[in-house]
Amino acid sequence: MSALKAVLAGNPNSGKTTLFNLIAGTHYKVANYPGVTVEKKEAKVHYDGSEIILTDLPGTYSLTAYSLEEVVARDFITTTNPDIIIDVVDASNLERNLYLAVQLMELDKPLVLALNMVDMAEKRNIRIDADLLAKKIGVPVIKTIARDGVGKKELLEGVLRFKSERKEFRISYGSDLDPALEEMEALINENAFLTESYPARWVALKYLENDVEVMKKGEVFTDVHGKLTAIVEKVEKHLKKTLDTYPEIIIADYRYGYLKSVLKDVVKKENEMERLYLSDKADKVLTHRVLGPVIMLAVLYGLYEFTFWASETPVGWLESLFGWLGGVADAALPEGLLKSLIISGVIDGVGGVLGFAPLILFMFFIIAILEDTGYMTRIAYMLDRVFRAFGLQGSSVVPYIVAGGIAGGCAIPGVMAARTIKSPKERLLTILTTPFMACGAKLPVYALLIAAFWPGNKGGMMLGITLGSWVLALLMAKVLGLTIVKGEQSVFIMELPPYRLPTLKGLLFHAWEKTWMYVKKAGTIILAVSIILWALMTFPGMSEERAAFYEDQIAQVESTVTDEEAQAAAVAEIENAALSEELRGSYAGRIGTAMEPVTQLAGFDWRTNISIIAGIAAKELVVSSLGTAYSLGEVDAEESGSLSERLASDPSWSLATALAFLMFTMLYSPCFVTLAVINKETGSKKWTAFTLVGYTAFAFVVSIIVYNVAGLIL
Amino acid sequence: MEVLLRNMKVNQKGTVIRINCEGEVCRRIRDIGISVGAEVFVTGRAPLYDPVALKVNDTVVTLRNSEADNIYVEVKG
Repeated sequence: MSALKAVLAGNPNSGKTTLFNLIAGTHYKVANYPGVTVEKKEAKVHYDGSEIILTDLPGTYSLTAYSLEEVVARDFITTTNPDIIIDVVDASNLERNLYLAVQLMELDKPLVLALNMVDMAEKRNIRIDADLLAKKIGVPVIKTIARDGVGKKELLEGVLRFKSERKEFRISYGSDLDPALEEMEALINENAFLTESYPARWVALKYLENDVEVMKKGEVFTDVHGKLTAIVEKVEKHLKKTLDTYPEIIIADYRYGYLKSVLKDVVKKENEMERLYLSDKADKVLTHRVLGPVIMLAVLYGLYEFTFWASETPVGWLESLFGWLGGVADAALPEGLLKSLIISGVIDGVGGVLGFAPLILFMFFIIAILEDTGYMTRIAYMLDRVFRAFGLQGSSVVPYIVAGGIAGGCAIPGVMAARTIKSPKERLLTILTTPFMACGAKLPVYALLIAAFWPGNKGGMMLGITLGSWVLALLMAKVLGLTIVKGEQSVFIMELPPYRLPTLKGLLFHAWEKTWMYVKKAGTIILAVSIILWALMTFPGMSEERAAFYEDQIAQVESTVTDEEAQAAAVAEIENAALSEELRGSYAGRIGTAMEPVTQLAGFDWRTNISIIAGIAAKELVVSSLGTAYSLGEVDAEESGSLSERLASDPSWSLATALAFLMFTMLYSPCFVTLAVINKETGSKKWTAFTLVGYTAFAFVVSIIVYNVAGLIL
Repeated sequence: MEVLLRNMKVNQKGTVIRINCEGEVCRRIRDIGISVGAEVFVTGRAPLYDPVALKVNDTVVTLRNSEADNIYVEVKG
């Protein structure tokens, strides 16, 4: 017995995902549709002796193939040929929800309607005659309340019972289009034109709607394609002349007209326009022109504070866990390369990634709350005008803030938070500019430089850096949007769904599945990179001659200095000098030295260069590798006082160098985990390479300018 | 009185009489439920007066002024 293929379609906010979770329980897999970054959820469900494979399609209002979600939904339905489509419709807003149903029915696939949230509709005094609706549109209608778990059984029974029911569905598109449609239909059937995948009438409609995707497929058959476009042209001309309109407008109007006639006796309600729902009342305050932004800032600030506060303890636990593991490895393994690899490469590398996991979890938990309550769309609505000036949109503010828009965030969840942006161009721009924010790992670098060179004005400098990051990110978004980030001017038309109380289960689902994806994907990449970086900073190692020289020195100190404290200090100094020399001789050090003639243009010597290379792996390494290079041993990023003094007094560092390095840190390549996440989220190696190479080159150019200009002024 | 949706005031009501464009923007407008004959009620405007939020078919939708420029409304009162 083969499994039954069912897909779940429906409008955004129709409760589709809640219904999916209800049916699937926790037994589902999340992946991306092949080639695109739209999420795909799939679950195997057993019911009444049958196996059902349920796929959750992205939420769409229509199947017009304009947005990525629509293309994915349509392609999935036409290529996988499911046994049944479950269309989830919001009972409170039947007309618009059924607009999608009409399009699904025109695909001539078996369909079941899940009339969802009937309780909400009843609360609003909307009564729906489900049986009459089923009779009128010829599709089974099952009432559900997904949130409360009502209707699961009936729906599954319906799926099994109605799977084979396939009815032809056609509505009239009026005296102007119907004759043309018939002519085209006949032509399509005669030539079996695309009929393998689509019903003939549907193809005809798509030609009239100017559907680029379908027409591209049809172009191969020049003969039929030519005849069809000729008919379409004739109709278009006629409509333009007589009604000053376009076929696609007529089609949409007739679909709504059909639905109005269907719903006439099906839906009974009071005159809703007059009523002010609770949600509308809340909006009067929450999206108020003055009060709204104030509340929003408070909410976003609260979100940020909560995330970092709540994740602090578990992050600490994980840090201690990895510290403990490192200790165990230190004690168990013999001195040597293997030990160094396990501790510095594997444990530190993987620990660095997993250490962020609680942060990501809380972040997504909060974002899930913002999304599930419906507040996220209000943020987008209130801020859209401001962000649009830079080619972004209202929703871009969340990724920015999470990434360090309020200093101390993290670009990894920030980039991931850009998923809430639906328009591809704006989403890409947000992803590409989010890493400029002052993330938690960049802060020690800023703090180090400020303490060394601007000790009198710490707070002001930090504020300036944070604001500067915003300005740079927004300007970069503007420039990229005008130059290399291609894509059409996006459309900002969306629903502000009624406020809803999210379910804890739903929130945990959302948060957990995204965290797990992060751990899995980023974990494998960072491990590899971490090992490579370890190798770069370890090999080829010090020559035996030099190693013997330092050993001799230590032996000498041990034999001549009797005071224990003084002896230990002297030994540590020699060991640090040895470490520094070893680092300079390593591949990373050689690269840093080789880069010197060029980086000197910005005032960076080989030590700075090593810290830059290490910073690509993780920004935390900038301070610690500078410490090693300056013979101070490993410097803790949080306590860099001695390094500050060292830099301030070092002749190779000046105010101009510090300013140039500060700008460089702000602008250059994000760390490797962020790069991995960018690669995953954009699905493009090109953009990942751009953020790595392009930004680093750009940062360098800026640093050179800053260094030279500042050198003249300061 | 016929006005562009962009020029409607908060709390004003009306009926959509014409949506004058083709292509993605207009398709999206109709997909979200704004069709000829639909009753609209402007519920609010964003802090910088743009986008506009309106109630149509019991749901609140929002669109930018540049998109609202395609929609003609017969205003009541």
